[in-house]
Amino acid sequence: MAESVKDQVIAIIAEQAVLEVGDVNMDATLEDLGIDSLGLVESIFAIEEAFDISVPFNANDPSASEFDISTVKSIVGAVEGLVAQQKT
Amino acid sequence: MHRVVITGQGTINALGADVAQTLDAFKAGRCGIGALDIRDVDRLAIQIGGQVKNYDPNAEFNRQQIALYDRFTQFSLLAAREAIAQSGLTFSDQLAAQAGVVLGTAGGGMNTQDENYRAVYEEGKNRVHPFVVPKLMNNAAAAHLSMQYNLKGPSFTVATACASSNHAMGLAFQFVRSGMTKAMVTGGSESMLCFGGVKAWEGLRVMSKDACRPFSANRNGMVQGEGAAIFVFEEYEHAKARGADILAEVIGFAMSSDAADIVMPSKQGAARAISGALTDAGLNPSDVAYINAHGTGTAANDKTECAAVADVFGAHADRLMMSSTKSMHGHVIGGTGAIELLACIMALREDVVAPTINYEEPDPECALDVVPNEARDAKVDVALSNAFAFGGMNAVLALRKPN
Repeated sequence: MAESVKDQVIAIIAEQAVLEVGDVNMDATLEDLGIDSLGLVESIFAIEEAFDISVPFNANDPSASEFDISTVKSIVGAVEGLVAQQKT
Repeated sequence: MHRVVITGQGTINALGADVAQTLDAFKAGRCGIGALDIRDVDRLAIQIGGQVKNYDPNAEFNRQQIALYDRFTQFSLLAAREAIAQSGLTFSDQLAAQAGVVLGTAGGGMNTQDENYRAVYEEGKNRVHPFVVPKLMNNAAAAHLSMQYNLKGPSFTVATACASSNHAMGLAFQFVRSGMTKAMVTGGSESMLCFGGVKAWEGLRVMSKDACRPFSANRNGMVQGEGAAIFVFEEYEHAKARGADILAEVIGFAMSSDAADIVMPSKQGAARAISGALTDAGLNPSDVAYINAHGTGTAANDKTECAAVADVFGAHADRLMMSSTKSMHGHVIGGTGAIELLACIMALREDVVAPTINYEEPDPECALDVVPNEARDAKVDVALSNAFAFGGMNAVLALRKPN
């Protein structure tokens, strides 16, 4: 059975944060998980590769990007949206 | 300790094919950034850059030369031709034996790498041109300058990413100051506006899709440029004795390492390089009228640089001018400090300060006089040029009006 988008995103974040999947709280921010700016850019790259999508994100102004990175939950939601939108 | 002066300058960059055109653009606040015209640009997310346009290598070099000269080498040779002609120096005998060329470049022959990787990987070819290695190597430009101008002293290339040129020019300055040589050719060159070069930068997600707006609250990243600037650094008495036109005096140089993060800049590291340059030059902070900023237009660099300047200069930070000419020529990576030195020399020689264009909204974290949008007439006796590289490697030069 294919993993859900949520499970895959959490797995990517967990790997980046060097945490067990079970330790990634949906309400945590990336900062809470110890992921810095380079870790964030690397996570987004991993997400793009895993789902074959393009994530609109500029590290200079994360808040202006359509991609909401405020919490794990918001990232999962944003990826689900992009997957639905970009699947042809 | 010997005094060191600049007696020749040359360039080619997105603003012009020589120094005169570049300075005209600085004075007019003209932007050289536009749509990239490179192969496979449609596969890039970032499609703008400070590209050298209307340039035909065949008009400058013959077929055999082009087989050996990557674009970054071509730019170096063209800029050096202008600089050495202006200096009036001919390198022979003892002068030639001591004089060398120290250049900064981060990527070296990136276009050559890109073209040849494409040939073997994408096009499946099993053979490349025999000169790929001597064409792509990082020291190729310095080597061709040494051969063309008979420079037989110390020659090499410095690669410290975005600070490469400043490190190179700082070393050339120290060689002349120490008495090791009467003259050095120095500066930097970069040409990584090719598919692979831009694609790599895209990955970091620090590039702007529309414009380079240093210090502006709505800045959204850097824009890459290309080009070269080359200078002749000469011992003062040697230049004076032959009646050379002295463009500026180089009076100080300092380097520091953040020893912290591979990409995020450090205020302390930058401040140590700036204050180190002041100390090396024997300057008080209040002597400095103009700083050519590193000013990349990224969120992180610009606020960190302003904080570092505020720390070093205290109350004087509000009285000095600091502009980023990257807003016009783009970030020329390993060659950028050399091109930016042209703006420092212009300020010292002509008392005209190049602006930071595309400045739209004040940012409380960049609350300095960034000479927004229009060049300014102002007396400048002392100028600094900042460069802060990925890797946390910083290099700052101090220059004075010739007297």
